[in-house]
Amino acid sequence: MEKIQWQIARVKAIVQETPHVKTFTLHLPQWIPHLPGQHYDLRLTAEDGYQAERSYSIASPPEKTGEIDLTVELIEDGEVSSYLHEGIEPGDPLEVRGPIGGYFVWKDNMANEPLLLIAGGSGVVPLMAMLRHRAKIGAANPTTLLFSVRTADDAIYRDELEQLAKQDSQFELILTFTRKAPPGWTGYQRRVDQAMLTDVLKRFASHPNGFVCGPTLLVEQVANTLSDLGLPSTKIRTERFGPTGT
Amino acid sequence: MASFFNKGFGRKRESVSSERIPPGQYETRDFPVLTAGPTPRIPLTTWSFALEGLIETPIQWSWEQFNALPQQSFTNDIHCVTKWSKLDTHWEGVSIDTLLEHVNLKPEASHVMAYSYGDYTTNIPLDDLRHGKAFVGLRFEGQPLAPEHGGPARLVIPHLYFWKSAKWIKGLRFMEGDKPGFWERGGYSMYGDPWKEQRYRSDD
Ligand SMILES: Cc1cc2nc3c(=O)[nH]c(=O)nc-3n(C[C@H](O)[C@H](O)[C@H](O)COP(=O)(O)OP(=O)(O)OC[C@H]3O[C@@H](n4cnc5c(N)ncnc54)[C@H](O)[C@@H]3O)c2cc1C
Repeated sequence: MEKIQWQIARVKAIVQETPHVKTFTLHLPQWIPHLPGQHYDLRLTAEDGYQAERSYSIASPPEKTGEIDLTVELIEDGEVSSYLHEGIEPGDPLEVRGPIGGYFVWKDNMANEPLLLIAGGSGVVPLMAMLRHRAKIGAANPTTLLFSVRTADDAIYRDELEQLAKQDSQFELILTFTRKAPPGWTGYQRRVDQAMLTDVLKRFASHPNGFVCGPTLLVEQVANTLSDLGLPSTKIRTERFGPTGT
Repeated sequence: MASFFNKGFGRKRESVSSERIPPGQYETRDFPVLTAGPTPRIPLTTWSFALEGLIETPIQWSWEQFNALPQQSFTNDIHCVTKWSKLDTHWEGVSIDTLLEHVNLKPEASHVMAYSYGDYTTNIPLDDLRHGKAFVGLRFEGQPLAPEHGGPARLVIPHLYFWKSAKWIKGLRFMEGDKPGFWERGGYSMYGDPWKEQRYRSDD
């Protein structure tokens, strides 16, 4: 197998998604089509040779050729995320390699099966690639995204998600606010729990393919509860972001 | 000076022990969890551990029998392919050498498929499990190993990336030749040496 080579991408555009989240559009000299859910490794090098490597999920669908979108949350005191947020401007070079990952991916042969996506915070990024690709291929499988965010300010891609839900009767967006709901909010206002997951699973006539992504604790609890509620563990794929240990 | 560098980027935290951190890794003090799916719960009354495949007489231990085997303490650095390294972790468990004293391996056995509750598998060359290089961990930092970290028992092979240290271990199958396990079939390295940065199959 050929080595997945490091390449120097150019930052084409930067979008401020929320007060703590930016999307970086990278132009890649050697772009390879990816599967939604895959990630790139990103490597920063200091002038003295010191390097730091982190993984970032691809937010864009494979239909967006020649470039990838990475959506990065600013972590307080984070070595890589804070440099990306504060030190990177359009036109700057960034070293990446990918696409990587073969398990946490939504494959086209799942396009006819129901789909349950559950995200906490920036865990929505790889799920967004799935939703964007699903829209591009015109899949009509029943799909639900349960998205846990702290406040309305933290709901990454909210406009686009609401737009998708409006256009597509088979796609449902369920938000839950864990810290502060917007005024007039009548939906969920708590952490994802068993009652919520029971409600969500009821919407499906057959076992959905489940993708759960976000902070370790959320992923751990959601995946275990889904399994307790009878979703076969082979149907539950998880991805845990970052060093939020238990 | 590096030929390519990111303007204004520099190390944020002085690492006290950078010579113990392999390339592309960073030191973390907590213990992140990485698993492909939910955490299996394994009652100790039905737990068992087996050695099978290319051995004269396969053997199986119950939880009680396994815990009665001679145990040792281990202090190791562990390196996860998702980039974190954790230094000086303390474990108690049973060395694979101790387990191998109970069986006669057939001469053609060269590799091992470790398999787990929840159908996880990972492949390891036999030599990487012997001579004090690997053990089955039962306790971590003085406590029984938590389920999300692979409890009640996990294989620990500190010198390879941590996905080779199969959680919820159920047994070792001795094989002639190498075969990919779960992550390896998904494109991860067949061997996984952190010092050579063998993350993906294409790095082998
Ligand atoms: C497969 C995968 C996909 C991912 N996709 C995304 C994505 O799409 N978007 C996204 O935003 N993130 C994603 N992540 C997480 C990402 O890789 C980084 O972990 C994240 O950006 C934090 O990196 P950092 O360098 O900014 O923070 P770090 O410097 O690694 O710090 C993280 C936290 O740990 C603390 N810390 C770290 N080291 C030490 C130390 N030695 N001593 C004390 N405290 C310490 C810091 O204070 C901080 O709170 C993904 C992770 C994985 C594994």
